[in-house]
Amino acid sequence: MSNSGDQANAAAAERLFVDIFKEYDYIIGPAGSCVKQVRCHFDTMDQTDDVKHVREHTYELVEFLHDVLEIESFPWAEFPHPVVIHNSCSSVRGLGLAKPSEIMGTPFNKTEALLSKVKGLVLVPLDRPDECCGFGGTFCVTDEAVSARMGFDKIQDQLRHGAEYVVSPDMSCLMHQQGVARRAEIGLKYVHVAQVLNGGPY
Amino acid sequence: MHDRFLWASRQRRDLQAKAIPEWEELREIASKIKEHTLTHLDRYLEEFECNATKRGAHVHWARDAAEHNEIVLSILQAHGVEELIESKSMLQEECGMTHYLESRGISVVESDLGERIQQLDGQPPSHIIAPAIHKTRQDVARLFARTIGTDPNNDDPHFLTEAMRNNARPRFLAAGAGMTGGNFAIAETGTFMVCTNEGNADIGAAVPRLHIASIGIEKTIPRVQDMGVFLRLLTRSALGEPATQYSSHFTGPRKGGELHIVLVDNGRSRRLGMADFWHSLKCIRCSACMNTCPVYRRSGGLAYGATYSGPIGVILDPTIDEYKYSELPFHSTLCGSCSDVCPVKIDISDQILKWRRVMAEKSYLRLAKRLSFAVAGHIFAHPEEFHAVEKTSGPALDYTPHFFLYNRSLNPWGRDRELPEMAKQTFREWYVANRGKEDVEQ
Repeated sequence: MSNSGDQANAAAAERLFVDIFKEYDYIIGPAGSCVKQVRCHFDTMDQTDDVKHVREHTYELVEFLHDVLEIESFPWAEFPHPVVIHNSCSSVRGLGLAKPSEIMGTPFNKTEALLSKVKGLVLVPLDRPDECCGFGGTFCVTDEAVSARMGFDKIQDQLRHGAEYVVSPDMSCLMHQQGVARRAEIGLKYVHVAQVLNGGPY
Repeated sequence: MHDRFLWASRQRRDLQAKAIPEWEELREIASKIKEHTLTHLDRYLEEFECNATKRGAHVHWARDAAEHNEIVLSILQAHGVEELIESKSMLQEECGMTHYLESRGISVVESDLGERIQQLDGQPPSHIIAPAIHKTRQDVARLFARTIGTDPNNDDPHFLTEAMRNNARPRFLAAGAGMTGGNFAIAETGTFMVCTNEGNADIGAAVPRLHIASIGIEKTIPRVQDMGVFLRLLTRSALGEPATQYSSHFTGPRKGGELHIVLVDNGRSRRLGMADFWHSLKCIRCSACMNTCPVYRRSGGLAYGATYSGPIGVILDPTIDEYKYSELPFHSTLCGSCSDVCPVKIDISDQILKWRRVMAEKSYLRLAKRLSFAVAGHIFAHPEEFHAVEKTSGPALDYTPHFFLYNRSLNPWGRDRELPEMAKQTFREWYVANRGKEDVEQ
């Protein structure tokens, strides 16, 4: 709703979120787009100390593991497969999970840093690593043709590089890409980064 | 193919930007210069007018498109001009100038090849610097066969270009006036700059005696030395080339010639007063945001149905007509690539979201969205209702007939995508079972 600009209908949910989580030191979400919404766009209400606290302490899972816990190894995890990373646009350009390809400077990629510690996992590059996959919230139904085409192009890129799994910190992108891949009867598998780091379940 | 061409521009842009170690610093400086100029625009515009006048140019002020067109027409009529060479200008496009002049008996011939192709096809430009990028060379061969009598089966680009050159050149030589836009207007000297790759602005400015330039008021920059920042950014961002083939500076009329400069507002000062949207005035019309936009690359500029297309169009067009372009901000995934590629750091993606808020507030959202958001807003605010819906909607999906789930108009998701498989257990159910009920009820 907020993504579509409907601040009036989003307000109550935002207030409820702050009420529930204001007491916690860290609030961790396994979805970059949701975390970006809280951190960058939670402005339907007065910016009280509680609201500010929640906005500043809501972390995306990968950045929490990488920046706050600074986890060095995942001894329980093994994933002997060729993998492409799909960092969502919200995660890259909104939360800074990786260096956006448009910005010049030293590359970094927090998702890659974590996944490279998983035994057996082989990272595979993409031609357009941070091109949007076309989900985009309500965009995926209002602009269905363009959205599906973007998803299809993304999958072609993944296939071309011999990926077996696509791993992402964002469920919504995965749902969209998986939907397109299944319809096209392409056998790529889509899993959340938490599943891989946790050693399953898949 | 459209996607591939434009993505290649983006890739060339990345290579060029990478070759300049201070690229990000340049973007920051460019943004700051534009912000400074826009916040002192009155002063710099008067300085520009004063210096341009000193150099012998006639400066006119146009409040809107209608005034701009009237001024141009009156200058042309005063000089008895019947044929005009136009050098691609988005501002003249924005003012609907060609149509206005042609319906008053003045024939206008475009000197930019892409723009001429679009003119012959009766279409507006689909891209601000590559107006006919959506056409293949076969399209152009067929169009030229129809309009200037070439062989429809010869789609060799050299042949087609040469054919157009031979067709247009006599008209260029006969024209009574040349019109250009202006990429930058330099206050300290009264100079304006025009960047082209075909030298077409120069033929319009150099052959006829009369030169008229239309320049948006936001194109002003303070000093000549600022060009050192903008010229380094402009073409690298646009096409991934180090510079345009021609970067022409015009300071006063040439010997024996006459120069008129029309400074156009057409909604710009109103935009300058919009707290959330005035940064869009920093735009130098490079098109990097269009080239990088995954939606633009796959839908093409004409799909936007407005003078400006792509991400920059999505935030500019509603400042021209909020209601007419109320849909545009929704044709974006908000991926943010445009903001990061922009050489003058316009927060395009954030402005798209802010425009959505404006449209929602004014009830310009589609009815289906308005109704479903009202329901969702209520459910998300009431956890007990959310749990009820959560429990029932998964199983409900199992019993919903295939027809409803994959019908083309009832569920657009299902046209090209499968629905996800629903988990047997909701997260809440799993949590209660595995982590204890007390924890949840706290």
